[in-house]
Amino acid sequence: MKIRKIFQYDSLLVPIIAIALGLIIGALFMLLGGYNPTVAYVSMIEKVIGSSYDVGELLRTIAPLILSGLAVAIAFKVGLFNIGVDGQIIMGSLGALIVGTQLSLPSIIHGIVAVLFGALLGGLWGAIAGYLKGSKGINEVITTIMLNYIALYSSHMMIRAFMPQEGTQRSELIKESASIKINFLSDMMGGARIHWGFLIVILVLVFYHYYLNKTKWGYEIRVTGLNIQATKYAGINSSKIMVRTMFISGLFGGLIGTFNVLGVFNYMAISASTSGIGFDGIAVALLGGNTAIGILLAGILFGILTYGAQGMSFGAGVPNEIGDVVISAIIFFVSAPGIIKHLLYRFRNKQKRTENTDETTKSKKGA
Amino acid sequence: MVDKHTVLELKGITKRFSDFVANESINFQLEKGEIHALLGENGAGKSTMMNIVFGLYQPDEGEIYINNDRVTIDNPNVAIEHGIGMVHQHFKLVEPFTVTENIILGMEPKKGMSINYKQASKDIKALSDRYGLDIDPYAKVADISVGMQQRVEIVKTLYRGADILIFDEPTAVLTPQEIDELLNIMKKLVAECKSIILITHKLKEIMKIADRCTIIRRGKVIDTVKISETNTQELAEKMVGEAVSFKTEKTPSQPKDILLSVKNLVVKDANNKNMVDDISFSVRSGEVVGVAGVDGNGQSELIEAITGMRPKESGEILLKDQHIESLDTRSIYNAGISHIPGDRHKHGLVLDFSVKENMILHNYYKDEIVKNGFINEETVEKISLRLIEQYDIRTPGPQALVRSMSGGNQQKVIIAREIDMNPRVLIASQPTRGLDVGAVEFVHKEIIHQRDQGMGILLVSFELDEILNLSDRIIVLFDGQIIGETTPDKTSDRELGLMMAGNYIRGESSENQKNIPI
Repeated sequence: MKIRKIFQYDSLLVPIIAIALGLIIGALFMLLGGYNPTVAYVSMIEKVIGSSYDVGELLRTIAPLILSGLAVAIAFKVGLFNIGVDGQIIMGSLGALIVGTQLSLPSIIHGIVAVLFGALLGGLWGAIAGYLKGSKGINEVITTIMLNYIALYSSHMMIRAFMPQEGTQRSELIKESASIKINFLSDMMGGARIHWGFLIVILVLVFYHYYLNKTKWGYEIRVTGLNIQATKYAGINSSKIMVRTMFISGLFGGLIGTFNVLGVFNYMAISASTSGIGFDGIAVALLGGNTAIGILLAGILFGILTYGAQGMSFGAGVPNEIGDVVISAIIFFVSAPGIIKHLLYRFRNKQKRTENTDETTKSKKGA
Repeated sequence: MVDKHTVLELKGITKRFSDFVANESINFQLEKGEIHALLGENGAGKSTMMNIVFGLYQPDEGEIYINNDRVTIDNPNVAIEHGIGMVHQHFKLVEPFTVTENIILGMEPKKGMSINYKQASKDIKALSDRYGLDIDPYAKVADISVGMQQRVEIVKTLYRGADILIFDEPTAVLTPQEIDELLNIMKKLVAECKSIILITHKLKEIMKIADRCTIIRRGKVIDTVKISETNTQELAEKMVGEAVSFKTEKTPSQPKDILLSVKNLVVKDANNKNMVDDISFSVRSGEVVGVAGVDGNGQSELIEAITGMRPKESGEILLKDQHIESLDTRSIYNAGISHIPGDRHKHGLVLDFSVKENMILHNYYKDEIVKNGFINEETVEKISLRLIEQYDIRTPGPQALVRSMSGGNQQKVIIAREIDMNPRVLIASQPTRGLDVGAVEFVHKEIIHQRDQGMGILLVSFELDEILNLSDRIIVLFDGQIIGETTPDKTSDRELGLMMAGNYIRGESSENQKNIPI
């Protein structure tokens, strides 16, 4: 029982050690490749805080990572592994694109409607997997992966059929009235693509924390995720809760898609594969321990590593992939916390043995 | 005559888990050819001690001697090499494998490139015959009874050349008849110069079979006594550290109106087998109806059907005059049935929730604690503090994780929550499973107290003593049917045991066979 307590205390220590190990391994790889890690990491930092443009673009990188992390985390909390954030992002983009190109509305309202519709589509996309799992017991990992493909290719079809930009591999542009860019901030930050989505991300973070920990709905989610047998015993309808939670998860994913279309690119590309942000979200949720504050910090870290990797390649000639190596190594150590815990345990035991052991004999009932 | 020398000795064993001392300066001696019982409450440190002997933990201080040689046992293989075998409480068998395959797993006798099953089966048969274990080497483990599975575990240790056998709560899963068989086997084993450590908290068995008993409390050895020079009362008091009473004090029941009536209930499992086969009974206000039976004869299906956790094929269930057979679980709770589930970790608790979060498992959505969707922490805290006080739940506070608490206190959380719902009928399934003497006493008193307040109680238990001790009426389940109904003063554990095994021979019990509680 006491061992568990150590582990809980370690919930802070483990990510920090994982990050340190990740950076060290990245440095080793750089040394192997003949690059100077110090120069590389310094230029990474310089890149992310170098100019107001960089800060703005860093924020643009971070926002989807946080949302994706929250989407994965809330599904985790109900006991589901949502691999489908990528597909939900696509559905969000598609929804925003449809409203942004097909409707004509006054400027602010147009943006709001487009965001809401996109988020709704993403939510419904997530809810499908929730329904299949909750009512039919079909593994959500499989359904969400498949739904990713369905979303990807049906979005291609929709764009080509209804909203094509002739001669390109992308959709037509959204109407100016649907844009959610913050133009004055963008101008101040050297043209960095700043949009209202950042505000929404902050609101979603706050929502996530309170909804999950303070409301009866969050209570249901946590019971379902921690002990689904207890829901049966207490008469809690776990399948309904799974649908609802996956809807919320998809909503978060959908928001990412709407930001990309309405705030960053103004169009939707016909790309060969999904964005991969959904997978980054798994890492963010994992590193952040599924807590709002943790996900915020993890999103910022991964944003810095992703965006800063460009600086490493510019300043020290280090290939972009090194940034990915660092991220991967961190994920590796976080997702295999046993390794770090084992090291910690060894370390502590050794310390304890060398100390004199007399004063630890005060017994405390705990088992 | 067996040569009496010490085969296993622990000297000053101390084991710490961070600042918690699980074993403190343990001294223990096992002599050749003796059955040495290890008695202690849950969490007293028995398992830690045996895990040290079996090489699963390393002691922080102290020494282990086997046949007077100092040894270091740093993993179970070393323990096995030194002739130590462990019969675990939860069997570690591969169900689709045969008995032989299970026994030789990890040390298969080879004949060229292939496994020599013939030789192995012959060896196993020989071992089985020598100790009267009566196992069939060719049977699939999935097809044999729990008692035989346990004997397979015994042969597994013998096949590995064990001279010191550790039995961890071996009787927890057995019927009274199977327990007798096991005790006979243990006697035969010691007669053949094996030595046995018996971990248990059942005093009756210790008195019956052990030569000596070492009592552990809070990680320390309290005493080692000769069984011939002690009695159950003394052992129990040493174990708990205070005076205990076994027999729950109760006045004769005064049953009033029928509260719960079950009529012609049929419940099928996934294979369309009748797990509950046309059962009818009733529970009155102010009485405890005990359901006896071997695990797997329809008890859990019956309870799950009544509480709405499992669909019913046919039949009626009434709470007073209200039909509840088609209600969902939540509505059944709200109608006035509470349920102490048989598996508290699986159903009754969310282990990673705090005490207070567990307290509101049935109420978290109700207006009394929720406003605009937000759970009112203050109210929940107040409710929890009241229940912690009222039911003497030993915990650092409402915020403490239930996982970190002892089994007895976890059970108290459930009991507090269920009784605080103020139900008309309480369904208690194995309410004292895995609890120590003190906690059992508490639970029993609470059940009787609620009975006297007019609650109707349906008690399901695999512990016959508990059934006999608490019930006002007893029904015996066998193969999904009620095979007999009786009252505690008209029956004995022997008769109940026979009924539980499917042999209903009424009137054969005589007064001199009467049950001795615990």
